[in-house]
Amino acid sequence: MIKKWFTPNKEIPKKIYNSVGFITFLVVLGIWSLLSYSGFVNALFLPTPTTVLATAVKLFVSGDILFDIGISFSRVFTGFLVAALIGIPLGILMGSLRIMEGAFEPIIGFIRYMPASAFIPLLILWIGLGEAEKMSVIFLGTFFQLTLMVMDVTKNVQNDLIDVSYTLGAKNAQIFTKVILPASLPGIVDTLRITFGWAWTYLVVAEIVGASSGLGHMIMQASRFLQPDKIIVGILIIGLLGLITDIMFKSIYRASFSWMRKDGY
Amino acid sequence: MVSQKLDILTESSDLKKQGNAIPKITTPKLEIKDVGKIFKTKSGETVALEKTSFTVEDGEFVTILGPSGCGKSTILRIVAGLEESTSGQVLLDGQEINGPGPDRGMVFQSYTLFPWLNVKDNITFGLKLKGVPQKERDDLARYYLQLIGLTGFEKHYPIQLSGGMKQRVAIARALANDPKILIMDEPFGALDAQTRTIMQEVLLKAWEESKKTILFITHDVDESIFLADSVYVMTARPGRLKKKIPITLERPREYSMKSTVEFGNYKEELLSLIREESLKSIH
Repeated sequence: MIKKWFTPNKEIPKKIYNSVGFITFLVVLGIWSLLSYSGFVNALFLPTPTTVLATAVKLFVSGDILFDIGISFSRVFTGFLVAALIGIPLGILMGSLRIMEGAFEPIIGFIRYMPASAFIPLLILWIGLGEAEKMSVIFLGTFFQLTLMVMDVTKNVQNDLIDVSYTLGAKNAQIFTKVILPASLPGIVDTLRITFGWAWTYLVVAEIVGASSGLGHMIMQASRFLQPDKIIVGILIIGLLGLITDIMFKSIYRASFSWMRKDGY
Repeated sequence: MVSQKLDILTESSDLKKQGNAIPKITTPKLEIKDVGKIFKTKSGETVALEKTSFTVEDGEFVTILGPSGCGKSTILRIVAGLEESTSGQVLLDGQEINGPGPDRGMVFQSYTLFPWLNVKDNITFGLKLKGVPQKERDDLARYYLQLIGLTGFEKHYPIQLSGGMKQRVAIARALANDPKILIMDEPFGALDAQTRTIMQEVLLKAWEESKKTILFITHDVDESIFLADSVYVMTARPGRLKKKIPITLERPREYSMKSTVEFGNYKEELLSLIREESLKSIH
């Protein structure tokens, strides 16, 4: 029985699969509890789970954190939306037209290795400390990767599928709208899901420097005033928000692409 | 409903016959004139297809038989307009072809149904592009589903179909577009032997009913004889047409004909021709 669970690529019962994931969570929580409740680690560095929970409740009841969540979410969402609105069409064109690939692939491939956070001083110089600067960091962090990933997805559309469409009378514009776009749509939604996750990680970078609101700013402030419980609450909330958007994208994927599953559901 | 559709279809093909009656005297349906293809590679030029000429008559079922890598797919892709030849020209109804178009329907060896469209929407893809109204599209879809024996599967998605069913739908999709010629590039090559023989019969039935001109590539000798009015044998690379063999087996063809003496004679002749070529390509 046990041996079966450790055979490579072998399926295991769903119940076991879910249980082990839950157990891992419990183990992490257990280690945390052990270290904090026992006093082994100073509460100034690692607060107990109950303290963190109490702080979270307090922050939500007072409503302060809701404001921070709102402003952070709008920054991530707007920055990412602009990146997607430009990156998706550009990526599709680069994936299907050699001339567009030739024109943009080298420069995007170059810029994507420049760390988005290193652009912050320059962005502050150019556009100040306002919302536009925060959104620009998110944009820079996601746009280039997103575009290249969409290009790859589009490139992978089966050539025969495009050829057969020509023999069915499709014109170049229709090849884009009726073949390449629907064929690469699942890959594009998946790319959005992955890059949106990255957008959350850039949020903290954007809000740690020169911000006066948002979750990243809250975390920075808590560090200054030695409030580790508040830091942990902030980190957990960002994690949860990321998880929620991930689940959202996954359910969009499931609902939109039932044609990819044999059972049709 | 279906019978009504059938009336419309026969009516339209009657019209076509009348239309064709005037120039019918000489022009073949498809004329390949000195078509050749040379690839440029680093080490110089490779001749994929030597200058080749042949004709296909209206309503004729022609198979091209050849060893792998002999450039038979290249011919088809040039006729379909998906590849450019380096010499010669292709005439369809006397008109030189220029790029791909809906007058030449194609069925590939790989499965090329649009996975995001159900069977019915796959079949009517080309009709929709042409702007055929919904009602007529529905009727045509129903007719072609019945023709290929897949009535009741209109709402299925390609992922839910077997390989043979996918190729049936691909044939229906190409026919529904009413092309002047149907080009088939080893369409049953990926199917198992049992499914293959059934598909051959399905295709012959569809051909007899639709009266389409078909150009069909295969490396399967039995298949090339069973389907064809004429078999063209190709040489090993660089490809060239070696011989045309008219097949005079009765129509409609039955599966049982494959075991007749007549069939056996054709097979022997083709096998020896093909063997020479296969041996050449090994040496």
